[in-house]
Amino acid sequence: MRFLLVEDNPELSASVVDRLSLDGHAVDAARDLSAAEDYLASTDYDLILLDIMLPDGDGRDFLTRHRRDNRRTPVIVVTARSEISDRVGVLDLGADDYITKPFDFSELQARCRAVLRRHDGNARNEKQVGDASLDLLAGTLSVAGIPKPLRNRELRLAEVFFAAPERIFSKSHLMDRLFSYDEDVSENAIEVYVGRLRKKLEGGNVQIETVRGLGYRLVAEV
Amino acid sequence: MRITGLAALIWCALSLPGWSFEIEEVKRFGMDNADVQLKVLSTADLSVFEPYIIAFQLKNQRIAVDYTVASSTEVMKAIFDEQIQFDLVISSAMDLQTKLANDGFLSDHNSEATRRLPPWARWRDQVIAFTQEPAVIVLSKKAFAGLPIPESRSELIALLREHPERFKGRVGTYDIRTSGLGYLFATQDSRNSESFWPLMEVFGRLDVQLYCCSGAMIDDLISGRLSIAYNVLGSYAERRVAAADNIAIVTPADVTSVMLRTAVIPKNANEPVLAGQFIDFLIDGDLGPETGIGLPRIGISQKTSDAAIRPIRLGPELLVFLDRLRRQNFLANWAGSVEQAIGQ
Amino acid sequence: MQDNILAASTTSIAEAVRAERNTLGLELPYAALSMLGAISDDRVFYRVAQNGLTLTGYDDLPIDVSDEAEILFKTEAFRSAVIRSATLTRKISVDGRLNDVTVTVAQTREGLGEISARISLIALLVGLGFFVLAVSLSAFATGRTLRPLDVLANAVSRRGPSDLRPVKAEAPTEIVPLVTALNRFIERLETSLTRSEDFIAEAAHRVRTPLATVRAQAEIALRRVERPENKTALRQMIRAVDESSRSAGQLLDHAMVTFRADHMEFDTVDLSALVADTVERLAPLGDLKDISLRLGTMPSNAMLKCDPILIQNALRNIIDNAIKYSPGDSDIDIALTADDAHYTITVRDEGIGFSDMKTSELARRFSRGPNVGEIVGSGLGLTICKEVAIAHGGTLEMKDNPGRGGCVSLVLPH
Repeated sequence: MRFLLVEDNPELSASVVDRLSLDGHAVDAARDLSAAEDYLASTDYDLILLDIMLPDGDGRDFLTRHRRDNRRTPVIVVTARSEISDRVGVLDLGADDYITKPFDFSELQARCRAVLRRHDGNARNEKQVGDASLDLLAGTLSVAGIPKPLRNRELRLAEVFFAAPERIFSKSHLMDRLFSYDEDVSENAIEVYVGRLRKKLEGGNVQIETVRGLGYRLVAEV
Repeated sequence: MRITGLAALIWCALSLPGWSFEIEEVKRFGMDNADVQLKVLSTADLSVFEPYIIAFQLKNQRIAVDYTVASSTEVMKAIFDEQIQFDLVISSAMDLQTKLANDGFLSDHNSEATRRLPPWARWRDQVIAFTQEPAVIVLSKKAFAGLPIPESRSELIALLREHPERFKGRVGTYDIRTSGLGYLFATQDSRNSESFWPLMEVFGRLDVQLYCCSGAMIDDLISGRLSIAYNVLGSYAERRVAAADNIAIVTPADVTSVMLRTAVIPKNANEPVLAGQFIDFLIDGDLGPETGIGLPRIGISQKTSDAAIRPIRLGPELLVFLDRLRRQNFLANWAGSVEQAIGQ
Repeated sequence: MQDNILAASTTSIAEAVRAERNTLGLELPYAALSMLGAISDDRVFYRVAQNGLTLTGYDDLPIDVSDEAEILFKTEAFRSAVIRSATLTRKISVDGRLNDVTVTVAQTREGLGEISARISLIALLVGLGFFVLAVSLSAFATGRTLRPLDVLANAVSRRGPSDLRPVKAEAPTEIVPLVTALNRFIERLETSLTRSEDFIAEAAHRVRTPLATVRAQAEIALRRVERPENKTALRQMIRAVDESSRSAGQLLDHAMVTFRADHMEFDTVDLSALVADTVERLAPLGDLKDISLRLGTMPSNAMLKCDPILIQNALRNIIDNAIKYSPGDSDIDIALTADDAHYTITVRDEGIGFSDMKTSELARRFSRGPNVGEIVGSGLGLTICKEVAIAHGGTLEMKDNPGRGGCVSLVLPH
């Protein structure tokens, strides 16, 4: 998926690009509204992440124009403004969702996914490994043609594995992707979710392999 | 005491606009119309480093590399004092690189390649080692004809004391007042070996020749001007052994310091991402057969079987000998030892 | 831990200072810095001064003269980083004259590298961000040893939420800057109340963007570091940021609620739609923990004259809280019911419930987090919900479910 990020703080912008790229998205970063318009004129985006207070104007004006011109790209407003004063306003102006700074990357990811799913029920973003395919938007795994619904954490775990088949992921890396820092879980919790995902993968030629002492990886039998 | 090293070096004191630090060599690799250029400031001789640049360019054809060679002290002047813009700084002076990191001059580089390095080979994700090069003693076999080859500092001391006439004026080592690497080796020796100061005393009595760099010492050894070069970079010496069969390389059996050549990315780099890629490339050391021989890479595990091998570890302790008073004292002691012959 | 080593380092340097003929000499001990290198990759600074003039080390490192034989610890900003420093003063006689020799050794305290140093700096720079984060960072770093902060915390939390007088707690010197910053913030908050909502929004922007940067960078750093202790420290930092921003948010929300309660903008809205919308917005948050937000049957045409922004905020606070305190893989049921006189919005979770908690824990639950919550925003989340209820002539009720979990009801008269 191709995202446009409109954010004037360069460090925050770089961090968001960094993280979204990790999830396999291509992200263009615009520092202000005029740069955003330039990007939009030349490229089709699946989603726009829009800050409200920008050096050359108010993101809400951009939003109004965006909707007035009937541009369909969904917009998630990334707002630093007080929740009470701002939230409802941007939705009224046509934003698809909002997230308040500071935000959790997992939450941002979840909101992006929810908006993309809502925006176009038929949209597909599939990753194929062996005979298993993962639909990131619908949140389903299909193994040898049989669909298997995933819960959110199973989906996120699958997303990590499917993004890089063959690569070994340590337990601690998976922990960071699956749990927020304030959830008091041990590394064994990963085993639980890996176990669940293994069950879902049964019946196909793809499996999660334990690499002793290192972690897990997704492999397809040949 | 004479300084002969400078004369031996192809010394092109180039001056570029706005630069007041002294550079030794500059070479540009790649096309003039390259998309990006990577400006590298390095203490490594061009001949040693060329294979890396060529191999990197084979993979990235649209990149030009501007390679500037300067001594480690001049490198420090350029980055620390004058903040001249470079994308990548490569130096053998681990302590000076550490100082750059500690004082906030560097930006981070963290990648899969750097994460594969053992923890002692990087500091703060800013000082990243990509080679390990021991300090060795290089001897002329001819000069040692009829004598046993010394295996340690104490054996060397004994030999020199017994044959002062044979070695007078024929021993070379770094001038640690001007060479950052020489200073690093000497200070580490002083910590690790009881024989260091006695050895300096003996050197002093033998009218030791002082050099700026390993290359110059090896040149003089091959030409026959020197019989012993102390604390020479093993990696440089190895390259020349094939060409000159009268050279012996001794890895001192008491203690051998191992320098880690490090790469850092200054904060004001124009191409930090590219510089990071180059660092990753250096870590992998993946030189094709056609490009030449690289320097010894960082092993995954440190050789622990040999207790005498002492890799110099990265960390704030390297700042100790950079302390103004400590340095002043050390240099005074050192000069007192090696210059005692003067006036005799 | 860091303090002990800083103390050892400082002492070893102080002991190495010698009188030499007519001056002072020092051979900086190798161990003085290597011991600091052993605990982390943090940057190290030191300075040795003779009667206030630098003998060696970093000239710009701030020094204070300590009482002899007593080590003075300080946390402060230096060269784009937060440092912890230890200072020891010795008297050494040179040529029959006594000299004050002051040794200061400092180390940055992120344990994590430059990313965090930047984080700390940004965090320190901004008004409220400065205050809250500084408190939380120093609180998590020094654990419970920093008693003066408790004193300050109590002074702040004892007062009612509408009390915006400056704090006059007996502040030990170490936290005077924090108290000053807090007072400046309160002052600003007071001004903002008399000005406009925009001003509050602007203040929020100034605080939240840097906090967002800090948090984002900390999350990225979390992915990059490998050592468990570094990961722990980063998680603590993220927690501190979240708590800071939550406290900041609540203070600002509270200011806004207070403001709006005086200038209520009543609208007639469909409460069912409002509840459904709020739940939909929060669903992704629940998803992250595999918690389903289940919307019960709702009365049609539940029209209410209210300030929808306030109601939505209160409901959001309640649900958000339920998510935080529910176990993974559980359900939260949200329902709207109507009787002759009231609409009741209930939020039921499968968490630990309320009766098992002490009142203080209850307040904590609504301010989330052991550190900052107690210091600044104690019970503000709860207070906001209550004030919203009161402003609409209603009540906020908390009780346990018959089976397990807690149930919060927002009761609003027609």
